[in-house]
Amino acid sequence: MTSLVEVKKLKKYFSSARGLLHAVDDVSFSIQKGKILGVVGESGCGKSTLGRTIIHLHESTGGTIQYNGKDITNPSAKEIRQLREKMQIIFQDPYSSLDPRMTVEAAISEPLLASHKISARKRREEVTRMMEMVGIDERLRYAYPHELDGGRRQRIVIARALILQPEFVVCDEPVSALDVSIQAQVLNLLRDLQKKQNLTYMFVTHDMSVVRHISDEICVMYLGQIVEKCPAKQLFEKPLHPYTQALISAIPSVDIHPPKNREILSGEITSPINPKPGCRFCARCRYAQNQCHQPQTLNEVEPDHFVACARVSDNEL
Amino acid sequence: MNSKDQSAPFLEVKDLEVFYSAGKQKVQAVNGVSFSLQKGRSLGLVGETGAGKTTIAKAILRILPHASATVKNGQILLNGTNLLSLSEERMRDIRGNEIAMIFQDPMTALNPILRVGNQITEAILHHSSMTKAEAEKHAMEMLEMVGIPAERFGEYPHQFSGGMKQRVVIAIALACNPALLLADEPTTALDVTIQAQVLHMIAGLKEKLGTSMILITHDMGVVASSCDDVAIVYAGQIVEYGTLEQIFDHPSHPYTRGLFNAIPSMNIDQEYLEPIDGLPPDPTHLPEGCYFSPRCKYAAEACKTGNMPVITTADGHLCRCCQYNLVAKDEKK
Repeated sequence: MTSLVEVKKLKKYFSSARGLLHAVDDVSFSIQKGKILGVVGESGCGKSTLGRTIIHLHESTGGTIQYNGKDITNPSAKEIRQLREKMQIIFQDPYSSLDPRMTVEAAISEPLLASHKISARKRREEVTRMMEMVGIDERLRYAYPHELDGGRRQRIVIARALILQPEFVVCDEPVSALDVSIQAQVLNLLRDLQKKQNLTYMFVTHDMSVVRHISDEICVMYLGQIVEKCPAKQLFEKPLHPYTQALISAIPSVDIHPPKNREILSGEITSPINPKPGCRFCARCRYAQNQCHQPQTLNEVEPDHFVACARVSDNEL
Repeated sequence: MNSKDQSAPFLEVKDLEVFYSAGKQKVQAVNGVSFSLQKGRSLGLVGETGAGKTTIAKAILRILPHASATVKNGQILLNGTNLLSLSEERMRDIRGNEIAMIFQDPMTALNPILRVGNQITEAILHHSSMTKAEAEKHAMEMLEMVGIPAERFGEYPHQFSGGMKQRVVIAIALACNPALLLADEPTTALDVTIQAQVLHMIAGLKEKLGTSMILITHDMGVVASSCDDVAIVYAGQIVEYGTLEQIFDHPSHPYTRGLFNAIPSMNIDQEYLEPIDGLPPDPTHLPEGCYFSPRCKYAAEACKTGNMPVITTADGHLCRCCQYNLVAKDEKK
């Protein structure tokens, strides 16, 4: 298996009035071609910034990004243009990611205008093909976004992202603005397209049930760092990092028997501005000890199961 | 207030109908909703965007926009008094005092240029005869009760995290010890670990103060962890009503089934999910017959005309579906 995307020690800092905000800090992983990597975490953990940095919507502060074995950390303007055809993004909110003054056809075909010299007729054919693929009725070709519901708008955003036939798609919370019945329709569509076109997804979400459903492998992020990484099923059967355990325990379950014994975290999230070395979760962690104030590394504690926690080997967690 | 006999429900909503008008268009937001709530219990109102959940809560508190919303029909009885017939002045005494509301988005529910302590004190001063000093002391107690140190009384909302802001909103809502709490998606804007904290806190306070609650949410998981009774709302109607166990163990309406089936499972591996086909109806042109029938796989001829009656399938378990026998035969996922 070859990895399509590989990042090593990737860093993205933003400068703020109070100091450097460590949005993504020393993140390393790779995604195999045709696989779905889920990235899960709470708001502000850097999961969206990570996705955007990989596809060069942000420039990284440090570390390397490889695509298909080629280093793309510092691409030229021309290389970026070529990369954009191969790497696309689906944004969270279909209400703000579509131009309200562009029709469905204009929105879907815009990437073609930007990168290909093809005839207007061919362009219309391509739009028809994409509309069929994502399930938008032909009668809506000249409709505007305000005439459409959230589910349909998200289908248009998907069509627009896939029209250039990319290989790698960052899905940034693509279903979190949708109701649960519509969410299921869009998740099925994304899975279907991924299989048919052998796409590789980085699927960013805060929803644990969605990430379990869609991913092959999952990274759990906390304040800019990966704290746990393993195959999707394993993460839910045997979460090892105390944060992952708390996160899974906090999901409101629809199973009312037996009543869930929930672990309630206390304390507030530490600030990502000028963070101290050491585990960033330790202020909220019930297992925290002195050794947790040292920098943590992501170690393989079981085959394919990586955890960044000094206390995981103490067999008490 | 009238004192009725003990068994009478504390809150009773009867045949509530609300519509919004926009130009010549009439949006039927709430179409004949009836339910009752006993003292100290919590009812979950579950439904998707636009189902009319928030409109029901706003109608109870009488804070619907005057210009566009009309309550066409119905009664809202709180301890036997019809809120809809009270004067605006009397209603102002009830709001924030007997009935309080927690809004969805804590970022917009607080005034950004007032200190949080003063925002809590304001509600207390309005509804009690306390002096300013007494009210401030009580506000500090409320802050402590929701887990915020009293020293932060003089800070502004932007100095608080999202979860803490929502706790301030809850402190304001509970400051006058309301008998009824309307919680409109109180945790939707929060992260899941913070959501767990806030739900845990609401449950604890409810128990301590004996408050009744209507919890509005689209999240079945939140209902499972916080409610005694559940009403499923679709296109402005309650399509199913029962206890938590009745709804979660024996969902009888095809829409309720669909909602459960569309949630990705945490235990079973599924390649594809089971969505509900189609889209919720346009509230300006509701379909004939059962409002869910165009999306329903059980729909028969009988479903396509007339008003769908409410059927009692078990003790207190109500379902607005004539095909519920067929639905019951299918295994729940």
